[in-house]
Amino acid sequence: MSTSEQDIIPVQSIGVPKPLVDGPEKTTGKAMFAADFQSIEALVGRILRSPHAHANIIRIDTSKAEALPGVKAVVTEADCSDSYGVLPIAMNEWALARGRVRYRGEPVAAVAAINVATAQAALDLIEVTYEELPAYFTAADARADDALDLHQEKPGNIEREVDFDLGDVDQGMAAADLIREVDVRCAEVCQVQMEPHAAYAEYDPGRERLTIRPSTQVPFYVHKMLSRTMGMADSHIRVIKPHIGGGFGSRTETLQSDLIAGLLARKARGTVRVVLSREETFITHRGRPESHIKMKVGMKADGTITATDFSVVQRGGAYSGYGIVTILYAGSMIFGLYDISSVRFKGFRVLTNTPPCGAFRGHGTVKTRFAFEGLIDDMATELGLDPFAVRRANLLVAPTMTENDLLVNSYGLDQCLDWAEAASAWKVRKGKMGPNKGLGMACSHYISGASKPKHWTGEPHATIHLRVDWDASITLLTGAAEIGQGSSTVMAQCVAETLGVDMSRIRVIASDSAVTPKDNGSYSSRVTFMVGNASIDAAQNLKATLVAAAARKLEIAPEDVECLGEVFRGGQQDQGLSFDEVVMEALKGEGTITVKGTYDTIPESWGGKKYRGAAIGGTMAFSYAAQVVEVTVDPYTAEITVDKVWVAHDCGRALNPLAVEGQVQGSVWMGMGQAMSEETQYHEGLLLHANMLDYRVPTIIESPPIEVGIIEANDPHGPFGAKEAGEGSLSSFLPALTNAVADAMGVRATDLPLTPDKLLELLEKKARDIKASGRAA
Amino acid sequence: MKTVLSLSVNGTTRDDVIPDNMLLVDYLRENIGLTGTKVGCDGGECGACTVLINDRPRHSCLTLAVTCQGARIETVDGLSRDNRLSALQRGFDEKLGAQCGFCTPGMIMASEALLRANPKPDEAAIRNALAANICRCTGYVKIIEAVQFAAEIANEIADEALAS
Repeated sequence: MSTSEQDIIPVQSIGVPKPLVDGPEKTTGKAMFAADFQSIEALVGRILRSPHAHANIIRIDTSKAEALPGVKAVVTEADCSDSYGVLPIAMNEWALARGRVRYRGEPVAAVAAINVATAQAALDLIEVTYEELPAYFTAADARADDALDLHQEKPGNIEREVDFDLGDVDQGMAAADLIREVDVRCAEVCQVQMEPHAAYAEYDPGRERLTIRPSTQVPFYVHKMLSRTMGMADSHIRVIKPHIGGGFGSRTETLQSDLIAGLLARKARGTVRVVLSREETFITHRGRPESHIKMKVGMKADGTITATDFSVVQRGGAYSGYGIVTILYAGSMIFGLYDISSVRFKGFRVLTNTPPCGAFRGHGTVKTRFAFEGLIDDMATELGLDPFAVRRANLLVAPTMTENDLLVNSYGLDQCLDWAEAASAWKVRKGKMGPNKGLGMACSHYISGASKPKHWTGEPHATIHLRVDWDASITLLTGAAEIGQGSSTVMAQCVAETLGVDMSRIRVIASDSAVTPKDNGSYSSRVTFMVGNASIDAAQNLKATLVAAAARKLEIAPEDVECLGEVFRGGQQDQGLSFDEVVMEALKGEGTITVKGTYDTIPESWGGKKYRGAAIGGTMAFSYAAQVVEVTVDPYTAEITVDKVWVAHDCGRALNPLAVEGQVQGSVWMGMGQAMSEETQYHEGLLLHANMLDYRVPTIIESPPIEVGIIEANDPHGPFGAKEAGEGSLSSFLPALTNAVADAMGVRATDLPLTPDKLLELLEKKARDIKASGRAA
Repeated sequence: MKTVLSLSVNGTTRDDVIPDNMLLVDYLRENIGLTGTKVGCDGGECGACTVLINDRPRHSCLTLAVTCQGARIETVDGLSRDNRLSALQRGFDEKLGAQCGFCTPGMIMASEALLRANPKPDEAAIRNALAANICRCTGYVKIIEAVQFAAEIANEIADEALAS
């Protein structure tokens, strides 16, 4: 049978469940993580950390450590050329503390030695003289009038104060039928990705070049901060991202361990492996800040929200990090989910003597969403409205711009609500759950990448290279950081789909600065949207090259070439050329084919200018989520069991439904940990729970079934219509849980995590109140 | 003090001189280069280092290597036979039981021990068998599905072997 008689169809690669392209490496143990690299000459790097929460460093004497046999290098701030940080305007951190330590566990010095025992002994020989300073472990203490400034350039220990007043809040409140307020506190939480931080650094002393494999989500930022800290040319550094054992935002900024590995390798003129303990990984932190939120909402009798007035105070920790961005998100992302226009916000990001906070999954949005969704649920109850009805009374209509100028081009929240309501059988079960059982729901959203880049260089947001050579395989070169979320798989799918070829033709090479194009990294859920689009662009360029070659060979016009993926032909009667034959033709006179694809956001998506920092929240597309949580509460122990979660997530076109489900389940579950058990606690700045058991990461025993409904409100600019899937459904779990507990037990929880002791207190207070009112009556 | 450790690792017999205070995980990773087994915590918190010692799942980070004298050790590096993924390796791959992959070696080895003892586990048995293994990516939903899938295909493979 000739090809022409067969039904030739291009291979479909998107919209179908796909295992990850690097899955087999992970299930066979072949995947190499940073700590897995070793060589006989690799030295052990260890870090000396501050025993004080706040102190001046008077003197550091490393001479005894340097003299210890087997010690190859000792580094301190004197070896650092400059500070580092996230935002160009707030780089106030040093790889090793300079002049002052600002939290317990801050790195002060580091050693490289021939083995662990020698490295540990060397740390004990480093003499540091401190002069202790008053330390502040709460935002309130740090903001006190007589508090000492942690950083000279940040008076009053305020990292950033944010203020906006949009629409007409006073008029909105006046128009409301019901006004209610809530006062919410949420504990600080940590990402606790499974892989402790690590870096493997090789220094070539002859050429004065550094090659480093750090456990990072942002190889490019690590590259920039290495050159800055080490005073080296960017071109003398090569950053290769190994397999990464999760991130969730803990690695969206350069960490000291990345920089210290580089500093030690250079000074030792060799190879150094720095692997942090779990305790050190907790201390490195970069988690979600402890937050105090006061919120007031005005609502009409039909559920229409008329005004929102709220404030957020975040305990940010000792250095700037992402702090400014986090407090801006806490305000701006009140918009974009519902049709609200009158909002007043006041935010304070406070510097304290605790480990620095960072950009945890759902960055800045989670606690604001918790406060809002709990408050409107109570108001709905008071007004006799169903929780679904009150959300439906406030839906947006896309396309639109919010009051703070966020672009909303696609909107599937209405469909998410429909799915969650139906899947959970809400209408028939709500209110009929029986004693100590309840149903709660809530909604949330998230950005598909921050539209305005942090570093405004004029480069595209994303660049992809494709290379095809004589073997007819397609090599996809990307700087995007695969951290387990499946970014390499998404790119391979986008290229395969555009060309109509099988994914097995595509080999992804990711994140090696010597080989792959620059990418800003994996954060703010930017990769699928931006790098996916760049992949499509590159594949279209490759297709054009191949079609031109096929046209030459078939002696027809390019527009007459029918590209069926594995076959290029001039018409049905034509047997056509195989992909391999077309590649061979394309190589003639040209040699290896290399094409590029890029992606840029449009200016309308860059956020507004109505207040300072209003660009934060600007994105090309929002994902949407609605979820229902079912709980059972033990009335005697106040232990909450989550029986089931139904979550609908609008990710636009689901490029890989399998991975979307995995991301949504992981998000919901991470929200559960934060809602019910997780909390970093400090005593005088000393981390109390620096292990995964006391910190209370949920185990498989208490983790519920999570049923996912994929909603596809395609975005006009998304790759095949896709939007983000990995963050948006986290934040609605928290209020859905407390709303379910309210349904089950009649108490409103405003202090997270909602541990049994806190819930028991609420239940006992309710019992006392009932008794008291009975006596009064 | 040092000891000559004689044992079998992934089917190969070995004799190695090791310090008495060496942990099994360090012996596997640092001495013989089997880095498939992971260290995710400071001891006994996360289960990423789970290996089989005489068919039973054990934390290699809480086990002194010298206590494995004469033992049969199996790690994730040795599960594939004839370059074919084992049923569990296929399950964790195809059902997305592995996202970042860092807990996966421990999850797979704990599941392997379960399936050897109980080839048709119900969901409660799977949850109990994996109670000491933490995953931070999946919410465990697809891990349970991966083990269920592996149990099914392993039974099919066994049935086919019997039939032939």
